[in-house]
Amino acid sequence: MTANLVGILMGGLFHAAILFLVAAGLQVVFGVQKIFNLACGSFYALGAYTGAAVVGYFTGHGGPSALFIAPLALGGLAVGLVGLVVERGLLRFVYDRDETFQLLLTFALVLMLEDLIRMTWGTAPVSTGGLYLGYGQARILGATVPVYNLIVIAASLVIALGLGWLLTRTAFGRIMRASADNREMAEALGVDMRRVYARVFTLGSMLGTLGGALVIPATAAMSEMGIELIVEAFAVVVIGGLGSMRGAFVGALVVGVLRSVAIAVYPELEMLLIYLIVIAVLLWRPRGLFGAAPA
Amino acid sequence: MRRSVVPAIGLLVAALAVAALPALAPLYYVTLMLPFMAYGVILLGLNLLFGYTGLVSFGHALFIGIGAYTGAVLTTHYGIRHMELILPIAALAAAVVAAPVGALCARYVKIYFGMLTLAFGMVFYTFLLKFYRLTGGDEGMRMLRPSLFGHDWAGLSKTAYLVGPYYYFSLAVLALATVVMWRIVRSPFGLCLRTIRDNPLKAESLGVSVPWPRWYAFMISAIYAAVGGALLAPPTGNVDPTLAYWTHSGNIVFMVLLGGFSSFFGPLLGAFVFIFLQDTVMSVFPYWRLVFGAMLAGIVLFAPGGLMGLVTRRPHGEAAGA
Repeated sequence: MTANLVGILMGGLFHAAILFLVAAGLQVVFGVQKIFNLACGSFYALGAYTGAAVVGYFTGHGGPSALFIAPLALGGLAVGLVGLVVERGLLRFVYDRDETFQLLLTFALVLMLEDLIRMTWGTAPVSTGGLYLGYGQARILGATVPVYNLIVIAASLVIALGLGWLLTRTAFGRIMRASADNREMAEALGVDMRRVYARVFTLGSMLGTLGGALVIPATAAMSEMGIELIVEAFAVVVIGGLGSMRGAFVGALVVGVLRSVAIAVYPELEMLLIYLIVIAVLLWRPRGLFGAAPA
Repeated sequence: MRRSVVPAIGLLVAALAVAALPALAPLYYVTLMLPFMAYGVILLGLNLLFGYTGLVSFGHALFIGIGAYTGAVLTTHYGIRHMELILPIAALAAAVVAAPVGALCARYVKIYFGMLTLAFGMVFYTFLLKFYRLTGGDEGMRMLRPSLFGHDWAGLSKTAYLVGPYYYFSLAVLALATVVMWRIVRSPFGLCLRTIRDNPLKAESLGVSVPWPRWYAFMISAIYAAVGGALLAPPTGNVDPTLAYWTHSGNIVFMVLLGGFSSFFGPLLGAFVFIFLQDTVMSVFPYWRLVFGAMLAGIVLFAPGGLMGLVTRRPHGEAAGA
């Protein structure tokens, strides 16, 4: 019984750890730039495929399989730089436009990235093979949990703390929060908004691609994984509150663990339950659990 | 005077061309007209929300799904094969769902409206996907050949049925839907919607109720989506949950934007160009999403008025059909 429960909980926590990374990427961009980036899920898929490719290259060229997590994370982070290209090449032209157009531009990115991934890696699922269990299994209160999952959960926690430190303790974090609160005032005080937006969007996309890279050893990359994850990340940020980093953290825990429990108890409910919660939150507390007052 | 005669003649020529098409064009292109006409109905309704009321739904595929599944359930489980009966029932089913959903969504605007509609759409999608015994899960359900104009047309091959009676039935529905929508947007109610879109505060201070017209617009567009959704199913003979998926909602908004949301006929043009261009692109290059994504980005950046906006050159934001 406890073993089952712990197993379900750990599965949920692993999923929550990944969801947090993508949702955090969504939140920094929404918080500062007020753009709901639908392409966040596509960055996640891009990170997954890149991670698998980099790890394949690494082990194929004699890299020790025990160290595969290093090229995996680096590959995931590096491909996140695509965010900089997207921001400079496309998004910066629509900052003064209606949010409908901003949303549709990110939808255009979703379409393009999905097919770019298909063109590059084909339609067959891509995986990293048996590396996943290479770190062995841990026994926690009778449940068997892959050590890799524990590493990802720990990494996600460290990143959450790092983001908190970035936002509250550094000059760039203060600038980010100031721009989120009042863009005109920040600009008037000499903040170069172009640089802030470029950095924030790149940070957001790197969080997404890193999430994708870290999930890949545990599953297989498929070209639809991006459009599937974005709606889960959407649920996370709505439950937690749009633009709030603490909200992303709590929302990811709620969605990850609830989904895991629902699958174990009554599989038909899986995401249905999550979306019903999303609707309830939107109706009774549109700002979410931790969000600022609704715009 | 002359300004209104030219479009009227153009419209008449277009209608005659569409009516004569099965006799003139290759069969393949005639069958492509069927999804165009179904999407035409859907988009006319969607644009009442998007273009005329200023609300962008990212969950409208929910109602397409309701219409398509209503047709499938009625033909396979209840032996109701009359399309003249299926369409009103689909419309009724959509209205029953849209009444509470619209009442909740109409309280919000902008991104919150989009998010709420997206969430409702995903609820329906997961329901279709997970409740296998009711809906057939990811395989969906079959839609049996409906009878039209009182005949079951059992003697016709599938293609002959589709390019014959079904073609003219769809055309009749599209024509009726167009006329009704034309009346709606030109009525005081249509004016009311545009007032609310442009300045809800001022509308309210002038005594125009804001939530109710939004709710009516939501209901009408849901009914249009369900009727169009029911029309989509017979040509493929199958319905599946992707009809209600959020990317489908995104694609229909894309179609409206492509044609031009500030024009009455823009959505019809958008549906036409989308369907035929998608077919052309896919015949030479399998990655149509890449091409269409780039096209959508181009429209957002350079031509927010869509194709109609390029032709009519009216100031952006003014509804040309008004």
